[in-house]
Order: sequence, then C-alpha cells, then structure tokens
Amino acid sequence: MLTATAIRKSYAGVRALKGVSFDLAPGEVHALVGENGAGKSTLIKIITGAVRADDGALEVDDEAVDLARLTPARARELGIAVIYQQPALFPDLTVSENIALTLEHGGAWRRIDWRARTDRARDLLARAGAAFDPDRLAGSLSMPEQQIVEIARAIGAGARVILMDEPTASLTDREVDRLFDVVRTLRETGTGIIYISHRLDEVFTLADRVTILRDGETVMTAPRGAVTRDEVVRHMAGRELATVFPKRAVTPGAVALDVRGLTSTTAGVFDVSFTVRRGEILGLAGLVGSGRTELAELIFGLRRPDRGQILIDGQPVTIDRPADAIAAGLAYVPEDRRRHGVVLEMPIAANTSLANLAAVSRHGLVQASRERALAERFRQDLQIKASSVVANAGTLSGGNQQKVALARWLATAPAILILDEPTQGVDVGAKAEIHGVMQAMVERGMAVIMISSELPEILGMSDRIAVMREGTICAIVDRADATPERILALALARPAAEATA
Amino acid sequence: MIVVARHRAELSIALAIAGLGLVLAIRAPGFFVAGNLLDVLLATLPVLIAAIGATLVILAGEIDISVGSIFAVCSVTAGVLAVAGVPLPLVVLIAPLVGALLGAINGALVAWLSLPSIVVTLATMVAWRDALRWITQGAWVQGLPAGFQWLGLSQASYPVAALIVTAGLALAILRGLTQVPAGRAIYATGSNAEAARLAGIDTRRVRFWTFAAAGALAGLAALLNAARFSQIPPNTGLGLEMQVIAAVVVGGAAITGGRGSLAGTILGVVLLGMLGPALTFLGVSASWERAFQGAIILVAVGVDALRARRVTTMVPRREPARV
Repeated sequence: MLTATAIRKSYAGVRALKGVSFDLAPGEVHALVGENGAGKSTLIKIITGAVRADDGALEVDDEAVDLARLTPARARELGIAVIYQQPALFPDLTVSENIALTLEHGGAWRRIDWRARTDRARDLLARAGAAFDPDRLAGSLSMPEQQIVEIARAIGAGARVILMDEPTASLTDREVDRLFDVVRTLRETGTGIIYISHRLDEVFTLADRVTILRDGETVMTAPRGAVTRDEVVRHMAGRELATVFPKRAVTPGAVALDVRGLTSTTAGVFDVSFTVRRGEILGLAGLVGSGRTELAELIFGLRRPDRGQILIDGQPVTIDRPADAIAAGLAYVPEDRRRHGVVLEMPIAANTSLANLAAVSRHGLVQASRERALAERFRQDLQIKASSVVANAGTLSGGNQQKVALARWLATAPAILILDEPTQGVDVGAKAEIHGVMQAMVERGMAVIMISSELPEILGMSDRIAVMREGTICAIVDRADATPERILALALARPAAEATA
Repeated sequence: MIVVARHRAELSIALAIAGLGLVLAIRAPGFFVAGNLLDVLLATLPVLIAAIGATLVILAGEIDISVGSIFAVCSVTAGVLAVAGVPLPLVVLIAPLVGALLGAINGALVAWLSLPSIVVTLATMVAWRDALRWITQGAWVQGLPAGFQWLGLSQASYPVAALIVTAGLALAILRGLTQVPAGRAIYATGSNAEAARLAGIDTRRVRFWTFAAAGALAGLAALLNAARFSQIPPNTGLGLEMQVIAAVVVGGAAITGGRGSLAGTILGVVLLGMLGPALTFLGVSASWERAFQGAIILVAVGVDALRARRVTTMVPRREPARV
C-alpha cells in the first residue's frame, strides 16, 4: 500500500539518505531499525511531507505521489499519520477537543456540536482500544494514554498508514503491552504500521518484517522469522558486537553511600534504605511512577526529605541543594537530557565544565584552554562524535548529547554516580559505549546507581537490583538470583506468571 | 573563519554602523565635528550602562521593563540629596545603591515568588513612576549645587572620566560573562534553567542578582545622565526600557535568554544612539527616528530568525507536549 523507491536526501552537502527503498503491505507491522543517524527520521519526514526528498519515488495505493510537492497536509489526505514518542497534544484542552482539532473542518465561526464531538471522541478511543473519559484534560493523561489519543486522532483522520517513532521509549513494560494490543487491533483492521524502535525485543515481538537502515542505505529487509536478533544488531552496527553487556570483574569495596529511612511525602518516597559500595552498580528497577527519579532527586538535594539520613563513606551529610551534593562527591545525570541534561545553546566545552568550573579556572577566571582540554579529553574517552568541542551541544545527536551530559558529571570526579535512564532513546552503538564507560568507572572504584526501565539493561549491568514499588524499595536482589520474571513480578506486585503474560 | 561565524551578529551591526558613518561622512561631514561627537557620546553613555544591565537580565531569560522608572527614581533621589547638601561622593554612592535596592525588589519577586518578570517589572514600572509623580507633584529638581553638574569635574575632564568608567565597567562585565563562573551561570540559567539547577547552579540567586545588578546600573546611568544638566525633570528616563531592550535585541541576543553578547549590545547602543543625530544631520525629520529604529529592530530579529531556521532544519527538535 506504500512503496518508497530510491529515496535520496542531502542536508547541506551531507548525504542523509543515499537511496532508500521500503514498502509496506496492508495489515502489516513493518519495523524500521537502525542506529541514530542511519536515516530513519529523515525517511519518516519525507514520507509525511515534513521534509522534501531530493530524488526518488513514492507510491501510495499504487498511485504515484509527487514527492516534490508532498506537504504534511497532502500526506494526511493520503492517509499517512505519525505518532511520536512524545505526543504533541494541547495539555489544557480536553481529549475530545484535541481529537476534534485536526478532524473538524469548517469556518472559524461555525457552531460547535459538543455532543457529537464527545461521542466521536469516545468512539475513536474505543476503536483504539481505550475507554477513558473524553472530557478529561489531555495534560492529565499518562504518556500511553496520550499516545492512544494520537492514535485515535489518526484513525479518525482515516489513516491507513501509521508511523510510530519510538512509541515505547517512555513507557513501562506493562504500558508497552497495552500499546501492543492497540497496534495489533490496528493491524487486524488492515492498517499498515511502520514501527521504529531501538528496543529489538519489541521488534521481534511485534513486527511482521524488519528493514535495517545503516548510513542512509537499506541494508536488508526480511520477515521476522528469517533473521535473528544478533544478525539485526550486527547489520545495524555494521560490526560484530562481542557481547551486548561488558564482562564484569570488579569486587565491590567499602560502602560509599548509605541511605537510611529516606522519606518525603510530597515526592512520594517512603522509608527507603539501601547501600551502594565502591565499584558496584546498583540497578534501580520499577515502573515509571514508582518513585525512582524522585528518590534520586532526594539524594541529590533537588527535593527536601521529611526525614531520613544519608551517609557518605560512613559520615552523615546534609544535602539541601545540588551544590551540597556535588561537594559531597555525588553526581546525577538526569533522565530527559534535552530538558535537564545539556544546555543546547552552549558549546560542548562549556557544557562539560558547567558543574565543575573551579577545575578549569585560575584566580576565579575560566581558562578557555584548560576548558577545551578537559572537554577534548572526554570527547576522546567517551567517543563523542562532534566536529569540535566549541560546537554547540544542540548540534549533536541524542546519544552524543547524553555522552556530553555524562562528561559533565564525570568531570566533577564523583565518588557516587546516579544515572537516570542513561541509554533511553540512544542507538545500539552509543548504548554499548555508555555501558563501557560505566564499566570503566566502577573499575576505578566509583559507586554507580542506575535507574532503568529496560530489564535487559538492569539485568546485564547491575551487581544488585533494588526494585521500587509505590515509593519504596520492596526488594534488593543479587545479580545471581535475578531473572526478568522475578524483577518484573516484584515491580508489579503480581504473580510472576501474570506479570510476564 | 570560525571567529567570523561565531561573531556574525556583532559583525553585521559593526558593518551597519560603518555604513551609517560612511553615509554621514559623505553627506553630512558636520556630524564628525568634535563637539557633536561629544554630545552624542555623553547622551549615549547612560543608555549604554542601562543596556548592560538589560543584557544581564535578558541573558538570564528574564526581562526588566522597570529600568526607566528606576532610572527616574535614582535621578530625582540624587538631585534631592545634592540640593539638601549631602556631600557629592555620598550622592554618587547612593544613586546606584537605590537602584540596586529597587532592582532587588524585582529580583526577589521573580526569583523567590516565581512571578513572571514581565508582570513584576510592569507593576514596579508603574508604581515607581506614579509614586515619583505624586511625591514631586511634577516639580523639577532645581537649584543643584555648583559641583553637581559634571560631578565635580570640569566640563573637559568629565567626558573622559565617564568614558573610562563606562568602558572599564563594560570590559569587566564582558570578560566576566564568559570567564567567571557567575557569568556562565547567567547563560546556563537563561538557556536551560532546569539543567542549570541540576548542575548545581542556584538559579534563583542568579535571577535575583541580575535584577539587582540591572537596578544598580540603572542608578549609575541616572547619575551620569543627571550630571549633564542643571536640573532634573521627574519624568526622566521615560521609554528608556524600550531603548535598552531594542539595543540588546539588535545586538543579537535571544529575547528568550541564553544567547547573546555584551559586545553586541554595545554595538546596538552605538547604532541606535547614532541614529537620531544622524537623521538630523542628514536633514530627515526627527519624527522618522522611531520608524527607523523599528525597522532596524525588525531587520535584526528577522535576519536572526532566518539564520536560526537554517540551523534548526538540520537539528530537528521536538518539545515534549506534557506540562
């Protein structure tokens, strides 16, 4: 129903797509995988008319589409819709208003039939497999609910081709299952779905066919059963990955961080106690909303605890604000790097030194040469792909921005590093590199706390796994005893069989 | 080449100034007579000092439209104190202090009550202006002591001293913004306050102190302005906020914060400050000055937006929809 042939696109001389071909059948889920920068986003933008292709052909329902004149409006008419990772809804409008905005046509002064609008919203939500109240404000919905609103909107617009760009990146495993049900429902109605994800488990669960892009070219297209996971990873990266997670050979040392009875009612964290040793990675698992990020923010002084105690190297410390935490040897790489991590308008060098300007200053003045040297060192250590350390952080890809955020905190030479979803939305290659850096850090005796929603990452990287549920740590599991089923069951507090279903 | 690319905004204003200078040199060489240049300089220095303050506030991602009212309060305070016989050095000290205090009120409301700065400074702009009108009943401050004009210096030495003070201040802040951690904190706060906070920067303190500094600079500007005249009208500084914000924007700063330079602001002040006298010399009616100013602002912002669009097409950026 959709065929793209030999699509080419260059940005300012850089060839983003060097002749990509792709096709989609009705009722098919076709996964598109590739590292960041492989050209997935560009291909989506061309198909949806957001960006104009230099060359190539596009057919929808066996009819040629003029790529030179394809606009987002024309793409919608053709029945093409996109669901992004972060839904673009109007938070202060209701669900039915959000749905109506793109679907209702007519003059700006027409009379609105509110009942019909609400009924239609309810009907479309039902077809997307949800049953929440269309009168709720979009801002009050959870992330997957917002995605369902977007899907409902796409169904309402008569979309027969739905592109999903990293739809599960911010979802917990249970929410992912729910989204998958919706995708399967859509498939049964003959909708074609282009599914883009870094999570290969999802691809192998859901997709009928897989197309791998690398460096702007189609490497291969194959039915799901015809390729293995390792083959896909190899084709994406264009190289053999020895093991997905580095081998660990570190014996944990003395207790670096000791948290006792940390409680904050406003943050929704209750009586949390745990320890992390030097040279140890403590994985913090749990559903989104279980209080993992809030716990990290409490430890880092971004929120005030009601009670509880934090000991670093056995000494009680008072942490009222981030500056205290930094002084105590803590570092926190936050989850949403665009909003909280890097300062996009600042050069990489200034981003790297931001949390530790004293290290590159003399007599209170920042020495540009020392700052650049520091950034240059981390650029090499972390393999940050950038033209120069004076380039703005905003020009980097997601994985490289994450590395800059990491570099900033490593530059403070912390004893304890807290990483919140360190590889979310990051491509396979960069992910392995970030894991490698974590490994190098624990080998140097750093204590690491890693928050992650990805079970394989938690299981692969952690020495011990603390599972959070409803604002408290419900269990701490040793690496040897940890299985995906067990961790998931603890996070969900339901029988393991049901949780993995 | 990198230098050119990084300072493109500054370079284009410098070119505009050079162009204007060239037109003047050909059509109205009288503009470059020492006496006229001195007048332009003396009128521009106070605006420049106030614009430095505005740059700090805008870089931190805020806005201060009360600067004209703070300027007026400081002018009148300085004048009244001088008339009452307070020693001149003390007056010179008090004017910026009063400005700093008024700025600190803005800063405290913005930083610790998290009120939007445009609303806070709109309120204080109106409040100080009307309080001043009520207290002075519209009367000018007259009978200033002999030493007040030129601040105790001679008419010949004052411009030199004023220029040195302003240049020194501008240079110190110029270097400080890029090389002192506090300056970095201003940029980081204006560009991404949440990231700055997570990096251990106390963004509330940054906001507070930029407003206080802007107030102090407005006080200093008021002093340098009052020293040019033998009396002080209570409606002085009317529209100063527009002048300085325009200069900052023309200088290439992003009104949303985090991007811009003091060098750009200085060039912006020079360009906009030259414009009025230049039009007079070129025989254009003074009523056109505002229209030309507006056109310059639109061109500056338009060019910036076009450039930004070129950059963003290469770096797609999606903001999260959830609040």
